[in-house]
Amino acid sequence: MTTFPIEKIRADFPILNEKIRNKPLIYLDNAATCQKPLVVIDSISNFYKHEYANVHRGVHTLSVKATDRYEGAREKLKTFINASSTKEIIFVKGTTEAINLVAQTFGKTNIKQGDEILITAMEHHSNIVPWQMLCKDTGAILKVAPINLQGELIFDEFEKLISDKTKLVSVVHMSNALGTINPVKKIIAAAKAKNIPVLLDGAQAIPHMSVDVQALDCDFYAFSGHKMYAPTGIGVLYGKQALLEAMPPYQGGGDMIRKVTFEETEYNALPYKFEAGTPSIADVVGLGTAIDYLTEIGMDNIANYEAELLDYATKKAKQIEGLRIIGEAKDKGAILSFVLDKVHPHDIGTMLDSLGIAIRAGHHCAMPVMDFFEVPATARASFAMYNTRQEIDVLMNGIEQLIEVFG
Amino acid sequence: MFDDLRDLYQEVIFDHNRNPRNFRVMEDADRQVEGFNPLCGDRLTLFLKMDGDQIVDASFQGSGCAISTASVSLMTEIVKGKTEEQAEALFKQFHEMTTGKEENIDLEAIGKLAVLAGVREYPARVKCATLAWHTLDAALKNEESSISTE
Ligand SMILES: Cc1ncc(COP(=O)(O)O)c(C=O)c1O
Repeated sequence: MTTFPIEKIRADFPILNEKIRNKPLIYLDNAATCQKPLVVIDSISNFYKHEYANVHRGVHTLSVKATDRYEGAREKLKTFINASSTKEIIFVKGTTEAINLVAQTFGKTNIKQGDEILITAMEHHSNIVPWQMLCKDTGAILKVAPINLQGELIFDEFEKLISDKTKLVSVVHMSNALGTINPVKKIIAAAKAKNIPVLLDGAQAIPHMSVDVQALDCDFYAFSGHKMYAPTGIGVLYGKQALLEAMPPYQGGGDMIRKVTFEETEYNALPYKFEAGTPSIADVVGLGTAIDYLTEIGMDNIANYEAELLDYATKKAKQIEGLRIIGEAKDKGAILSFVLDKVHPHDIGTMLDSLGIAIRAGHHCAMPVMDFFEVPATARASFAMYNTRQEIDVLMNGIEQLIEVFG
Repeated sequence: MFDDLRDLYQEVIFDHNRNPRNFRVMEDADRQVEGFNPLCGDRLTLFLKMDGDQIVDASFQGSGCAISTASVSLMTEIVKGKTEEQAEALFKQFHEMTTGKEENIDLEAIGKLAVLAGVREYPARVKCATLAWHTLDAALKNEESSISTE
């Protein structure tokens, strides 16, 4: 492996020059959202300056240009996750909307009273609540596969919960609260053996590893742009074409129709059937640029570099007395969730902030995970490709110091 | 190393965090209310013993950050012996101190609670300090058995 161009990458992110409370920013809240490289920021700005118009509407030159950029981004996404067609790339607001879309369309048509939806105990609220809402509407039942104390899915239990009534398996690819990477290939194989479709919540996985939806053979894959160096307000639902064709539309409005009379409406073809209204055009363009940026660096290079960072951080954290890591799965992404014996996560967050270090303190939208580990909250350092060992040294030193202050 | 935080984390706060006062279940409480901050998962149960409209005893249970623990610990000390009206007036003062205009703070009335004034500069932490008082407010109004800061 060639060495990772960390200096060059850091220089690509203007915000890393900011001072926070007079200290250089050390941004370790990447699982919540990550920072944007200048190329992405510039591409949005340039798009507004030179190419902006509404898409799919006009014959005028700008509209054609804007549509080209918008559809060009769809093409890039198709390649990035290896979908078989751009028809399978639906632009949505983010992971949350993607999952709600599936619940409200696929769910409402295919899931009935007494049917079961299977998730895991490590899901983000956005992969719990939409299913609870669907269950309430339909009388279906939400089943939850348990995890062990390392924060890993107990696969045998998961398999046992797959039944003739299971109509959908929806699991997180990589957990935001624990870092756990689920054995998604095994999960999908087990579900496929009974012809059950699988949705993967890829919000955390997508910025950290290469994802090939055809190799995975998942039916739906949901992710957000803002966690993969792209703007907020944009995300993707990948769905297998046959499934998407059979699903009713999500919202009604412009763009999603072919023909409207007051008596009847004929829906548009994929992917537009699911894209009602004017989309977040410039953000899609920004997402396209982020994909180019990531592709140039290489997802495997990113994964390798981040694995080294996590390894380093984990070793250092383990040397700190009174620190307990929450989530020690064998297969794990670059997230270090922890608690301290004597210091509440909220205090850890404020203390580290005074050193310029941004971490997350809280339940990470995964309250059931907190309940399982019997903690009210955790502190979480989540890494991105622009973080360094030196930053981890500052973090660990800060933790040691604050333990002393509270001792 | 944490010099910037001296105003927020004063020694009194560390002291109350290490050794919270009135940290016990009150078996014969007249009022018992649970306060919850869904943002950080902090949870506390406040117990009051009343004699007419006077608070004769106050205690709490629960786990929270240093700011919320110190705040509830200090509060249980200060409200003992106060009437409902006096306690509500203190709540108002406290609220003003943590979120209002600086010139409106009555330092004399606020007394010991002034150690928590530092949260003003940390908007993300104001709720940690006020959870105790919102819980007290609910207990005095006898409204609900559980409240949430959101
Ligand atoms: C695992 C996981 N799923 C879903 C989401 C929701 O993503 P968004 O808020 O972008 O819709 C997140 C974001 O925190 C996440 O980490």
